[in-house]
Amino acid sequence: MVVHEPQTNPQSSIRTSIINDFAFVVATQNGSGSQTSNNVLVKSLFDMGIPVNGKNLFPSNIKGLPTWYTIRASKDGYTARRAVTEICVAYNPDTAAEDISNLPPGGVCILPADWHWGHSRSDIIYYEVPVKELMEKTDIHKDFRKRIENMTYVGAVAQLFGIPLERIYYALLDNFNGKAKPADMNMQVVRLAHEWFAANVEKRDPFRFEPMDGTKGKILITGNEAAALGALFGGVTVVAWYPITPSTSLVDAMMSFKHIRRDETTGKDTVAIIQAEDELAAAGMIVGAGFSGARAMTATSGPGISLMAEFSGLAYFAEIPCVIWDVTRMGPSTGLPTRTSQGDLLFAHFLGHGDTRQICLLPANPEEAFEFGWRAFDIAEQYQTPVFVLSDLDLGMNNWMAEPFAYPEEPINRGKVLDAEALQAFISQHGKWGRYMDVDGDGVGYRTLPGTNHPMAAYFGRGTGHNAMATYSERSDDWVANMTRLRRKLEGARQNLPMPVVHDDGAPVAIVSFGTNEPAIEEARDMLAARGISTDYLRVRALPLHDSVLDFIHQHERVYVVENNFDGQLRQIISLEDNRDLRHVHSVALGDGLPMTAHWLMENILKYETVEA
Amino acid sequence: MGRTARVNKLGLTREDYKGGKSTLCPGCGHDSIANQITSMGYELGLEQHRVVKVSGIGCSSKTPAYFLGRSHGFNTLHGRMPSVATGILLGNRTLTCIGVSGDGDTGSIGMGQFKHVIRRNVPFIYIIENNGVYGLTKGQFSATADEGQNLKYYGQNLFPAIDLALEAIISGATFVARSFSGDAKQVQALLQAAVKHKGIAVLDIISPCVTFNNDDSSTKSYNYGKEHQIALHEIEILGGDYIEGKPEITIDEYPEGQTIDVTLHDGSLLRLRKLDKDHDPRNRAQAIMALERAQRENLFITGLIYYEEPRLTLAEIENLVEEPLATLPADKLRPSREALAKIMQQFS
Repeated sequence: MVVHEPQTNPQSSIRTSIINDFAFVVATQNGSGSQTSNNVLVKSLFDMGIPVNGKNLFPSNIKGLPTWYTIRASKDGYTARRAVTEICVAYNPDTAAEDISNLPPGGVCILPADWHWGHSRSDIIYYEVPVKELMEKTDIHKDFRKRIENMTYVGAVAQLFGIPLERIYYALLDNFNGKAKPADMNMQVVRLAHEWFAANVEKRDPFRFEPMDGTKGKILITGNEAAALGALFGGVTVVAWYPITPSTSLVDAMMSFKHIRRDETTGKDTVAIIQAEDELAAAGMIVGAGFSGARAMTATSGPGISLMAEFSGLAYFAEIPCVIWDVTRMGPSTGLPTRTSQGDLLFAHFLGHGDTRQICLLPANPEEAFEFGWRAFDIAEQYQTPVFVLSDLDLGMNNWMAEPFAYPEEPINRGKVLDAEALQAFISQHGKWGRYMDVDGDGVGYRTLPGTNHPMAAYFGRGTGHNAMATYSERSDDWVANMTRLRRKLEGARQNLPMPVVHDDGAPVAIVSFGTNEPAIEEARDMLAARGISTDYLRVRALPLHDSVLDFIHQHERVYVVENNFDGQLRQIISLEDNRDLRHVHSVALGDGLPMTAHWLMENILKYETVEA
Repeated sequence: MGRTARVNKLGLTREDYKGGKSTLCPGCGHDSIANQITSMGYELGLEQHRVVKVSGIGCSSKTPAYFLGRSHGFNTLHGRMPSVATGILLGNRTLTCIGVSGDGDTGSIGMGQFKHVIRRNVPFIYIIENNGVYGLTKGQFSATADEGQNLKYYGQNLFPAIDLALEAIISGATFVARSFSGDAKQVQALLQAAVKHKGIAVLDIISPCVTFNNDDSSTKSYNYGKEHQIALHEIEILGGDYIEGKPEITIDEYPEGQTIDVTLHDGSLLRLRKLDKDHDPRNRAQAIMALERAQRENLFITGLIYYEEPRLTLAEIENLVEEPLATLPADKLRPSREALAKIMQQFS
């Protein structure tokens, strides 16, 4: 991918430092322990109060393949990925040639001195780290040395760009859950590298970190952790799952935090987490649990969603609440298992054969991953239907800055469930009870749970044709009545799902998007504004689309639907929902496996704007 | 009516345990099994609201609509009954669950879930109504069909049969029986024992398909079963629940070595009066050998093939609270404001 992105101009400002506004990439081998080093750098910068993000571009591999970690510091608070990085830590000989050639003029390359790598570029600055020499000075057992070598670049980066060593140490302690022993072992290497650089290297570049207060009160968290916490605060009781990248760490986080739901008097759990034999069974378990009245969920990704299609259809048609997280990766098929995508939107929304329309929630940041984490259960039980939450690898697996999560203020909503007493009252009022009777006119029936002690409480759930009394029916009028009611239910949900987030200042041009494109969009809007193009912005947060989305689209002269998939799937959904003229609505779809950059987005909008405006 | 109908300990008649009218072919073995489940509920005085019925897809899987009409039921997906049963019993561990499946539903599309639900020891009755043929799609061979057998449209079956009772034992089931839908007495005894068993109980019941696989030469036919069934033992359940007005069962004396007694979860006694002096269902290797031999020599053995002392069930392994997860009060579903604040600290 060739992207010419404006970067700070280091050559012209060699004497004027560039502070807290540059990006670097760390190139290592997968499985070499670089995750710790990179997390420590991000956490240290965060603790210095510098707005920062870290994005892991990793291979589908356990050990050996190249992996890149990009860290962007932005005093202005921009957190989108940047394609161009001014600094490269080239610690992987397999990719070093390409990594170095990608540096902009004036860039910085930090690499092991042991390679004796030729300085082929005269327009960049090389700093060499005597990795072997430094490691030999340590008292670390040789079994651990290889995994700790990466700490040499942490020490070098800290010394060259100004990260206080105590910040590094706090971050290490944090990384090792407060355990001093591994933190000290790693810190020894950081210090040695730091000392060596201080004594032997003259700083020749303009880049510097300086403490500021841009992260005060914020947290640093992955979307998967946020989602797990949200579910636990949302009263999840049954989790069934099958491991798949990039959703695995969501369930891992649930296991780590499950204790907050432990019954203190008995020491027993109120959450069951079952690793199923496959995604078919995982889906079956949550549908069974939902039928029994439990708050049940699974977390998976595209290939798992494919397998869950049959149960999603059953749960939709038999009207069983459950929550399905799709931490989306790149498809079709096995695709790019470790790359991000928003490509499951159409599939999830229509998942199931026949006329099926699933509710989807679309979180954009950790705050929303937490909120939708609990709210999804309320929605699922209110509408007695599966709820899909479409996160993605970028949100799920990368660390994001976020506001501390707001405690759910709304009481838990269990929806229309009749216990024995309420069932008796229902029968007294309506003469009878049937599982799918729509007495409220909102398409949502009243359900009973197995175990309800009333002779009329039982019903027979099924994926076959049924009438309002839940008895088997092949009659066309019953079928049509049922489908009509399901549509009524969905139309009711449409207006009650999380509303779109709207920035409307009356500009003629607007961006419509969803999910994790937000950081790129915010930055691109500023870049466009600087070029005289003001934009309004609407971010969709749920499917089916709220009416206001279409209104917004028709209030603007030109609309760009921005999404991270190849086919422009949100744009297609807008077409399905709207029969008006949509020639002013353009698809700006990426779909290359990477989080969107502001520069790419700006260029693609400018392409249209320069023609049309 | 003249005569007062007999009632069980709950004051309910057998009629009260019936379900809807069957839509299967007249004479179908599955209807006999459904009848026996109705009787079992009545005889044991089951509280129907505490029972949940689950099934997959196929002729067999329709039958939960035909018994225990006051119990919740769920006719799920082809081969997926086990996972749904697992979910239901995770949501509410206090329920008694009866799962109904067929030989196609279990032995082909559902083989994976069958083996894994056993491995997890989800405590429910897993009934396989085994007729060796696909009925609803009009007569294809199933994976339990006899090797070399001929059927009208599909010719000869060239593949060996899968023995589902054997698969169950190998997967770790603690209660595995084989029976014949034509032997009402044995089916009834096994159902009663199974419902009292703590852990998964697999009942592989040969249940003739009168429309597609009832030729006398088929081992799944009615006449074949009637003529060739070799019951390993007579089964009695002693103590426990009884029907109003029926004399209490007394424990008869049998010569030593002629009976095997097993105490069931509710304290009642399962007595096997041996007909085959060699078979001890408490011996796993022997049980496997018995099925191996039966398969090799084409013997239709029935009874409790394997029984093992109950071990931890899924909810126990998962250390779940005793009360149903499904109906936990809100304060057990949402941790406190302070708990969230503390976690937020960890991420700041």
